[in-house]
Amino acid sequence: MRGIISQKLGGLSSQVVGNYMLRLRPAASARHYSSATKEMTVRDALNSALDEEMAADPNVFVMGEEVGEYQGAYKITKGLLDKYGPERVVDTPITEAGFAGIGVGSAYHGLRPVIEFMTFNFSMQAIDHIINSAAKSNYMSAGQINVPIVFRGPNGPAAGVGAQHSQCYGAWYGSVPGLKVLVPYSSEDARGLLKAAIRDPDPVVFLENELLYGESFPVSAEALDSSFCLPIGKAKFSQCSSSVDRSQIEREGKDITITAFSKMVGYALKAAEILEKEGINAEVINLRSIRPLDRATINASVRKTNRLVTVEEGFPQHGVGAEICASVVEDSFGYLDAPVERIAGADVPTPYAANLERMAFPQIEDIVRAAKRACYRSVPMAATA
Amino acid sequence: MASSSCLTKSKTSIIHHLKSIKLNSHNLLHTISSPPFPLPKQTTTSPIDSAIVCFQSLYFRRQLHSATSVNNEVHQLPAEAPLQQVLNYPVGKVKFTPKLAFTAGSTEERVPCYRVLNENGQPITDSDSLEISKELAVKMYTDMVTLEVMDTIFYEAQRQGRISFYATTTGEEAINIASAAALNNQDFVFPQYREPGVLLWRGFTLQEFAHQCFGNKYDNGKGRQMPIHYGSRKHNYFTVASTVATQIPHAVGAAYSLKMEKQDSCVITYFGDGGSSTADFHAAINFAAVLEVPVIFFCRNNGWAISTPTNEQFRSDGVVVRGKAYGVPSIRVDGNDALAIYTAVSGARKMAIEEQTPVLIEALTYRTGHHSTSDDSTKYRSIDEIEQWRGDQNPVKRFRKWIESKGWWSHEAESEHHINIRKQLSQAIQAAERVEKPRIADMFNDVYDVLPKNLMEQEAFIRKTIKKHTQDYPSDVPL
Repeated sequence: MRGIISQKLGGLSSQVVGNYMLRLRPAASARHYSSATKEMTVRDALNSALDEEMAADPNVFVMGEEVGEYQGAYKITKGLLDKYGPERVVDTPITEAGFAGIGVGSAYHGLRPVIEFMTFNFSMQAIDHIINSAAKSNYMSAGQINVPIVFRGPNGPAAGVGAQHSQCYGAWYGSVPGLKVLVPYSSEDARGLLKAAIRDPDPVVFLENELLYGESFPVSAEALDSSFCLPIGKAKFSQCSSSVDRSQIEREGKDITITAFSKMVGYALKAAEILEKEGINAEVINLRSIRPLDRATINASVRKTNRLVTVEEGFPQHGVGAEICASVVEDSFGYLDAPVERIAGADVPTPYAANLERMAFPQIEDIVRAAKRACYRSVPMAATA
Repeated sequence: MASSSCLTKSKTSIIHHLKSIKLNSHNLLHTISSPPFPLPKQTTTSPIDSAIVCFQSLYFRRQLHSATSVNNEVHQLPAEAPLQQVLNYPVGKVKFTPKLAFTAGSTEERVPCYRVLNENGQPITDSDSLEISKELAVKMYTDMVTLEVMDTIFYEAQRQGRISFYATTTGEEAINIASAAALNNQDFVFPQYREPGVLLWRGFTLQEFAHQCFGNKYDNGKGRQMPIHYGSRKHNYFTVASTVATQIPHAVGAAYSLKMEKQDSCVITYFGDGGSSTADFHAAINFAAVLEVPVIFFCRNNGWAISTPTNEQFRSDGVVVRGKAYGVPSIRVDGNDALAIYTAVSGARKMAIEEQTPVLIEALTYRTGHHSTSDDSTKYRSIDEIEQWRGDQNPVKRFRKWIESKGWWSHEAESEHHINIRKQLSQAIQAAERVEKPRIADMFNDVYDVLPKNLMEQEAFIRKTIKKHTQDYPSDVPL
């Protein structure tokens, strides 16, 4: 993992990378968890969620390239073949359209497939089955055919893998009625949302992040229970009222709202720490779900802070940030004290060279600068990237 | 790489070459002289035994994979290796040949077409056909005629502007009805859109067909799809998708679920010659072979994919030959011979279930109707050609001749059936036309299992707006 981060940060020295990692850790453990008992990697969180759901329901099975003998390209399915056998952990030929379509067909008849794309980039080969078959069948058949299927795998830019392997599909799938789109950040997110996705009667696109697989997060005893499940369509931040469950808050603040999902939640939290030192108290919303989008939570937060920064790694045009911005303009326009700041990946295919790649995606400093702009604080002109 | 360089080398250098491949590829290749595992002895060549050997070779491939991942032990060739005759490749033994010979791309001789009734409805001597009862034969024939009449009347209704779209199955009545007759009603059907006869056979009523085509509130698809996109869970007939051939992988997935549940039923999926060019067809048939699932791939090769004739669709000997390429048992059948189709599908079903294998059937027929009401096929093919198929090869007429020759059908019965069906259809259409259109709620429900908040809000909002501005909204949207 550290190797990947180091590759990702390319030009930085290993000392800097080490510091970066060190700085991330306290940030993670400083967050509020109701009863943090142990740490768990996102990889183990996903693996244990799959394992528990397969144990609980014999109709759940996993299908994809290299999921069995090889234990998954990223080892998310480790140990499952031995435990559940080749009928429920199915290695497939290399045809995404094939196993996505076959998964949909098996869901038509009562199975609950979990389809692994080695990366979501390859889901492009199967997008007809995700959109035209999985998302629409319940509607087109007037409720006669529901499709309880999960499409999961790493999404978004990884590190040093170039244009065709570095892109975020959040906005793509987020625009399709009939789909649910989940975007976990932490290990609790990963466990709770994957379990929810597998149990859900509708098709779910589950967007993981390769660079988070090896990250450890504190996990509460509650989240380790096999019955643990998170609600779909709720951001990790409930209403800012006195009855708020503090465990649901990613980071509470009063001066500015920062929305983020997946890896960008970590960046947003880090940016919030930096902003804190400069007297700006940022509230971070971990979206967890892109469709349905938790408009209520986002708007409640903006009505409190009056300022908004959206962060995502996807392309800017018609992105998740654009949708959030539209939602706030529609519902809370009068509450805004500054233009909404939208931070996204650059509007170019991802370059391979590490220096350019870094420039192509949001960095912590970008979030800090945008937040300061929205708070009308002076911002140094020189780019720090 | 290996094959191209082998072509120019002597036997010794081939061995040397193999040895180097062997060393480089960590045991993935083994020669017969030094098997890494005790191989099964092949003493007979019966199909069952071949299947076992085939299974074992797969099994050994798995072992091989595990073994190499555990240790990287390299098997050395004996110092004086005998000349290699056979390459023990992971998928089976492959003989070496010193001759440079490419396999033919296509051959003059085509795969024969299975037929048991000639054009005059006379049984062909010594044919392998199943005996069918009078009752079954008459139901098959009457359903074929019903389908023919239904097509004519719905087609006319479209021409009169009463429905937006229609596509007939004209020329493919035998494929529809005889294949349905050979299946069990518990078998799943993943149709394209030219197989309403299968649904008819299973008891979907003419009134239900009419409700769907008119998209009214009794349509069990709630008016959400174009005419002819029927679907009925009750009849195990999955809703028609407009996308060409996506139903083929779905069928394989459903077959996989049947296999996991160890049920005594199978899946059939229908598609056309055009659909056989899609990536979905190739992916699905390959997966079905690898997953060993009970599915029948039924290709209706009717000569035309809209305006594209089969000679512009593929250069292979039709679709049947592809089964062999994917390791799937296959048959070509006369698509205008109901008895041959019935027998072939019965056999395929038995094989699919008992042997847990996919089977490919290519039925040769001709689309004597237009592709759909959006098409005028006389723009790209001659009327003479169409008429020839309508006459000589007409599947309904041929089957009628056969049941008449058996003494099971008469002119009187024919005319009575026609009058009866026309009357039923006319009533069904009038009734369907009078029924209210779907309610406004049907625009929003079923997008998800449970209506999400944003759709609830939208529905409430539109209801409120309609109530406020009733005069501005169309009167045919029941609230």
